[in-house]
Amino acid sequence: MSTTTTNDSGARRAAPAGERLADWADGRLGIYSLAKSNMRKIFPDHWSFMLGEVCLYSFIIIILTGVYLTLFFHPSMNEVVYNGSYVPLQGQLMSEAFNSTLHISFDVRGGLLIRQIHHWAALIFLAGMFVHMMRVFFTGAFRKPREINWLFGFLLFVLGMFTGFTGYSLPDDLLSGTGVRFMEGAILSVPIVGTYISFFLFGGEFPGHDFVARFYSIHILLLPGIMLGLMVGHLILVFYHKHTQFAGPGKTNNNVVGMPLLPVYMAKAGGFFFLVFGVIAAVAAIATINPIWAIGPYRSDQVSTGAQPDWYMGFAEGLIRAMPGWEINIWGHTLVLGVFIPLVIFPLVLAAIAVYPFIESWVTGDKREHHILDRPRNAPTRTAFGVAWITAYMVMLVGGGNDLWATHFHLSINAVTWFVRIAFFAGPVVAFVATKRICLGLQRRDRDKVLHGRESGIIKRLPHGEFIEVHEPLSQEQLHTLTAHEQYVPVEIGPLVDEHGVERKLKGSEKLRAKLSSAYYGELNQISKPTADEYKEITSGHGHH
Amino acid sequence: MKKLSARRRHPLAAVVVLLLALAATGGLYAAFAPASKAQADETAQSLAIEEGKKLYRVGCASCHGTGGQGSSDGPTLVGVGAANVDFQVGTGRMPAATSQGAQAPRKKIIYTQAEIDQLAAYVASLGAGPAVPTTNDYSPNGADIAKGGELFRTNCAQCHNFTGKGGALTHGKFAPSLEGVAPKHIYEAMQIGPQNMPSFPDTTLSQQNKKDIVAYLDAVNSDQTKSPGGLQLGGLGPVSEGLFAWIFGLGTMIAVAVWVAARTAKAKKS
Repeated sequence: MSTTTTNDSGARRAAPAGERLADWADGRLGIYSLAKSNMRKIFPDHWSFMLGEVCLYSFIIIILTGVYLTLFFHPSMNEVVYNGSYVPLQGQLMSEAFNSTLHISFDVRGGLLIRQIHHWAALIFLAGMFVHMMRVFFTGAFRKPREINWLFGFLLFVLGMFTGFTGYSLPDDLLSGTGVRFMEGAILSVPIVGTYISFFLFGGEFPGHDFVARFYSIHILLLPGIMLGLMVGHLILVFYHKHTQFAGPGKTNNNVVGMPLLPVYMAKAGGFFFLVFGVIAAVAAIATINPIWAIGPYRSDQVSTGAQPDWYMGFAEGLIRAMPGWEINIWGHTLVLGVFIPLVIFPLVLAAIAVYPFIESWVTGDKREHHILDRPRNAPTRTAFGVAWITAYMVMLVGGGNDLWATHFHLSINAVTWFVRIAFFAGPVVAFVATKRICLGLQRRDRDKVLHGRESGIIKRLPHGEFIEVHEPLSQEQLHTLTAHEQYVPVEIGPLVDEHGVERKLKGSEKLRAKLSSAYYGELNQISKPTADEYKEITSGHGHH
Repeated sequence: MKKLSARRRHPLAAVVVLLLALAATGGLYAAFAPASKAQADETAQSLAIEEGKKLYRVGCASCHGTGGQGSSDGPTLVGVGAANVDFQVGTGRMPAATSQGAQAPRKKIIYTQAEIDQLAAYVASLGAGPAVPTTNDYSPNGADIAKGGELFRTNCAQCHNFTGKGGALTHGKFAPSLEGVAPKHIYEAMQIGPQNMPSFPDTTLSQQNKKDIVAYLDAVNSDQTKSPGGLQLGGLGPVSEGLFAWIFGLGTMIAVAVWVAARTAKAKKS
């Protein structure tokens, strides 16, 4: 603000170096106005708003460590004899990719640590995105105007899964080779085109000599490039939309209450980056990940038990493991339903959570912007849907590790598999109903708190011997926070007959919408929040306790 | 000479000659006859069988039958060999618990090695079977560890996992972890194929192959094994890694985020 004003005054002494540099840059880049409008941009403060930052920083760490790894990794499937320093593999035939990964692990300075940071950061990145996505979901932060940013985030999660999968496959070890074989099997199960796609992808019969080099360019160039672009877009939109905030006194749909980007958030975010880096580095220094030397080189005639993908692909593994091995033989062709059905369900599970915001906005018909976050309890149907989705996801994750559940809890693997099959269908229903009841219960509790005050824990004995608990009235701030959410009324379908008594034609979608709307906001599906009148009546009267 | 000729007519001369002759014959016989030692071994062996039989009657006969012929509660032991007894009893799998799960697990060993040898001798006497391997059979000397690893991944890993951490089989059965299992017992398991495991006789996996596998396991899955990357997390692969990433990775991140968010810059109260 004060940088340009001094030039006009009489003082002609040279400006400080920093100022001259800033002037030079502004003259060429025009960043002054951009910086002026954005440097003091306000962001609200809440720990859950930092989950996205965890993702961003772990992504940066993955890129940095990944660049280091490319300096030593050879994406080639030429066979070589191992002569490195890990004795139990000396003299074994292996691909150059596996050989160079062993070289990175044992003979490159800091190689193993960097490899482990890279891999741990990938797992944490995906976990961070999952939790971040759930935070956005349960607080309703995906509502207008942020639907596109929700889709950007969802795409980042899906692309992250596939970037992780291709990276996991690069060392060409026995575990990842089994995973690639799994993927090949899934592709082969696609009717008619499966075989062609598989031959195209692997350059002939599996495993061929090409897939490591191909996965390499997908893993280090194509997918991260798209992700970087999406991430920049994601952040620009966060800036453009401004960050959402939780309801509270002084916070409205038209303002943002918080701290400025510069200096507060720059310092905080910068510090948080190093904390994230520190945590990942500590995890990588403490615990080993993907010890490929113990796993051995990939050979298509070998397989190990306990071969699972990294966690973010675990639910796909679970779908395959839980699915009965059905197949149909017609006209000399085999349709492997046992693999093809899971392959179809896999994207559907992901799509279910991605399209939910659009379904909700269609049901509510609400075209307004929303910058105040919901408390999960105040959107019971949404919260219940989210929990049901997580339940299905987690059940499949259990299915993906069914053998380890069996050995570690001394169960029968068949029993675990049957549990997963039933729970995949029953679990989400139970979770939906239970979550909705819990949300409604919490809404009732909030209503009670507003109208009757907080239970103080003080027991008073009245002169005639009755015991009562003293309730303390809430502060004005608390009252505001608990009643700030708005409640929808169910969509009215209108009269079924027009003014001439003729039956009105109703589209099926209209009926469905009305039905869903009453399921969302009908009488028993939300607890009406206390009105000001109710509050006044109950607090002014003398009969309250 | 004079002395000798003077005494050759002595009345005891004949006795002395006779004694010398007897001593010489006896000594020669003793020196050249090998039979006596074998005789002694036979005695020890039959003694062991006798002792083993007694132990068998107390600890095993209720399920495997008084003569090892088997019953509805246990299989016949005729022809299973000494290696089988040494494995099953030496790892505590036998005697089995009265109510066990899907298969007999490794547990506390009840018999001393001497008693196990006696039991093995008795069961071996019921019918020919694989003998207990010698130390030389399973010592890592002269073994090719890398070859053993390749053989392990080809023949064993599909049930026992890459480095022998174990895995699940159907209906509650399982391939046990090979951690802390004596090399002798691993060798015997390959010979006899206990419980749900297939047997790998010398025609399938040669003695040298078995030795290589034992040496590989000793290198990658023993107390001495170093883990260059830090904690192994059970060596179970991505499931335990994912769990660790969620709990200790993301868990710490959230804790740190809460901590940072709680330390906000103080704005002037308006």
